[in-house]
Order: sequence, then C-alpha cells, then structure tokens
Amino acid sequence: MESDNFIFVNLNNYYKTMKKTKLLTIIGGFSLLMLSFIFMSLDHIDATNVVGTSSDIADFFAFEGDNPDNTVFVATIQGILAPGVVTENASFDENVLIEFNIDNTGDFIEDLVIQAIKRGDSIYFFGPVIPNRTGLESDVLTSAPNHIVQISTTEETFITNEDGMSFFAGPRRDPSYFDFNRFINIANGDAAPEGFYPPGESTDFFVGLNVLAIAVEVPNSLLGNAPQHILESQGTISGLPPAYNVWVSTKRKE
Amino acid sequence: MKNYKNKSYKLTVFVVLLLTSLIFVQCIDDDDNGNVIDVISCNDGIQNGNEDGIDCGGSICSPCEDNQLNFDGNFVQEDFAGRPGVNIIFGITDLSKNNYNVSEVANRTIFQEDFQKVLENYYDIYAISLDIPVDELNYENNIFDWDAARFTTIMSNFDALQVTPNGPTTYYDATNNLVFTGRYLSDDVMGFTLTLMFGGADGIRFDGNNGTPQLTTDAVAPGDRDFTLSFPYLEVPLTLD
Repeated sequence: MESDNFIFVNLNNYYKTMKKTKLLTIIGGFSLLMLSFIFMSLDHIDATNVVGTSSDIADFFAFEGDNPDNTVFVATIQGILAPGVVTENASFDENVLIEFNIDNTGDFIEDLVIQAIKRGDSIYFFGPVIPNRTGLESDVLTSAPNHIVQISTTEETFITNEDGMSFFAGPRRDPSYFDFNRFINIANGDAAPEGFYPPGESTDFFVGLNVLAIAVEVPNSLLGNAPQHILESQGTISGLPPAYNVWVSTKRKE
Repeated sequence: MKNYKNKSYKLTVFVVLLLTSLIFVQCIDDDDNGNVIDVISCNDGIQNGNEDGIDCGGSICSPCEDNQLNFDGNFVQEDFAGRPGVNIIFGITDLSKNNYNVSEVANRTIFQEDFQKVLENYYDIYAISLDIPVDELNYENNIFDWDAARFTTIMSNFDALQVTPNGPTTYYDATNNLVFTGRYLSDDVMGFTLTLMFGGADGIRFDGNNGTPQLTTDAVAPGDRDFTLSFPYLEVPLTLD
C-alpha cells in the first residue's frame, strides 16, 4: 500500500475541504501542523539530515529584476510552513548563515558571495564580496559593505533599498509548485504504469503553504562579467548568452 | 462601607496593593521578552522593541557599534540548492542525498554514476509494470541530444542555476532557443526537468498519450499565485482567514 503518501494526499484534500467550509481555525491549524510534521519526517526536497531544521533550503530562484540591470536572488527555507501559528512562529536562526554564491569565471567555485544572517529582529547582509575562503566553510565577512533589513512579519512587510540594492527577509507564500506526493509515488514505483495524474486530478502540494524567504536584488555591475554559458561547453548547445553560475547554501556555526 | 473610613483598614489595603504590585514587578523581571514592558529603554540591558542589539540601534536608541554585534565563528555547510529538484530526483539513497548537500559544487563527479543509475531505474520501474524486459526500455537522448551520461553529468557536476545578466531569464524557452538563463518564480522547472528525463528526442516520448505513462509533466500549474509583483516578487504569506 502506498501508506504514508496516501495519508499525505488525504490530509491535503482535507485541508482544502476545510478551507472551503471554513472550519474552525484552531482545527485547521492543528491539522496543518500535523501535516507539516508528518511530511517533514519524510524525505522532503532535501535530505534527512536537514529536513525540518532551520537550515533546510526549500527552493532557489535567480532572475532579471524589474530593473533589467539588476539580478534577483531568492531563497526559500524552512518549507513547508502551514498558514497560521506555524508560519507566525517560524523564525530565522542566528546560527545559520545563508549564502548566495556567484561564480563569474565558469569554474563553479564562488568568486563572490552575499551573506545573510539574523541578529535580533533584523537580517544583516554582507556583500557582494570576494570570500576569504571558498567551499564548505565560511566566516561572516563583516568588513564587507553591509545592509540591514528588519524581518517582515505575517502582518508587515519591510524592505531596505540602499546603494542600488534591495533586501527582504520574512514569511511569504511558497512560490514552488509541484505534485510532490505523486512524484514520491513514481520514485517508489507506486505509480506505474500511469505516471502523473492528468490535469484536473493532479495536486499542487505547495499551493496552500508558506516559507521563510530571503530576497536580494543586486546591480549586475557588482557581480562582474558573466562567463561563457556552461551548456556551450558541456551541453553542446551554441548561441547561449553568458551566464553566472549561482547557488545558495546554508552554513551553521560550529 | 463605613470601614473605608477606618485608617488602619486603609493602611492594610495600601500594603496589600503594594505587595501585589511588587509581585507584578517580579513577573516583569522574569519575563524579558518584550511582551510585558510597555516602555522600551535604551539602558535596560535587553534587546527589545526594534533594537538591533542590546540597547542599541532601531528607531530609538543610538546606533550599534560594530563590536556590539558578534558575527564570530566558523560556519559549516548543511544544505545547498542549485537547480530545482536535483537531489530529490537523482539522489540514490538518503545517505547520498545528505552527502550531496555537504559537498562542494565544484567537486561532485562522484555523484554522476549514481545519478545515471537512478535515471535508468525510473525506466526499469515502468518496464516491469508494462511487462517489458528492463533492458528494452531505456532512457533515450533528450531534446538536446544528451545521452544519459552527459545529462547526468550536467545535473551532478555543474549543479547551479545559470543566470544571464540583463536577461532574458528563462529556464527553457523553445521559441527562442534558450535554456538555463535563470529561473523565474513562474517557470515550470519540474515539468521541464521531467521532459529532459522522459521526453526523448521530441520531448513527448512518455507524455501520457498513445498508451504511454504520463511522465513529461506533473500537470500542475501555478494556480492562483501572483507572479507579477515588484520586489521582493513574492506573495504575502497565506493566512487561515
């Protein structure tokens, strides 16, 4: 039997039904708390060592800003958060450094980093700056240009705009969408031979959930020139524009 | 009511009230989370209100000196994200997924072989369910003509988002022959990844038509999400209202 995943789907449907019928908030909060707890005990978008911890990255985005001369980095962490008390109580961890890494030479080693870490009710950002160490360990680069943004709440949004950069940190609706339960069925061999559900029967697992998000918008002039696109050399695709290689990591204080 | 005119009774009431107030003061001292103290002080020895540190910063107190905030320490990697879904789709075991998260992006060649095994395993699952010998149902080169080794090498050894300064941003744009020039919140990244895995050369090999399993899309759309917002581009959190 598909057991665990079957429970998730039913809970998810239960949640939807609950919303429609506007059942008591407290019941909804409790069932979602249970849902998130059970789900996080599975293998979410990450691996067992980080699931449900303050360093668990949910997703990562990088795109051209509304100002085309800027690049935006968005990391979502601590997914998944049920609306209500779970989201309201979610908080960044002062011992977890969130680091956007930018490779502008094409060797997949970070040439610049933008660091974010919580102190008090704010997130402190450092960079973009050349790191004094690359790879798995970092220290906070406190001599780099820094900016501070007050952490937003479920009620209030705070944004810092300074030096052509923009900063945000706080709870947001989960932007990711995927029929995650069905994918787990497929990976486990429980969805053969049909595969995914047809439109109308599929379920976006993340549609009713929140995350903690960090967003930074940076002028490209601070990121250096972009290298040749990796797929030009590795993917035998020609005509692609130069592109930075970027990733996000979370690092915990020892 | 006449007792109120009695001086000793008044004194008793006063003492009781004083003691009662002391109890509450004690409660305040025990509860320095900022919920009880009405007046935020810049010399109360705690970080409250919107102070950036203990008794400094925020809208009331003088700015924090650099040395009032401690950023010391060695920070060690626990999690990582480049392209969406790579670890969950291609990780072969829980141990492998954990190891992947704490490995350097530039040092991932050891994962490629397992990634390729996992890719082929998805096909084996469907071969068995369709009663086809597993060696007769295999990954076929995808829309970029990547064989299994090249595809999984790109996924494992070069796992980062590519983002092109000054755009255009897209995870995949067939019309303009663009791929991996960034990732918008709205991009159907999982659908595209599935197409690379199961779509074959035309991108529709296992699309659910003609009796095939539906594996090139999860058939999930963004729904009522709003991806047109300005910075931070994300919607406010959902509430239970």
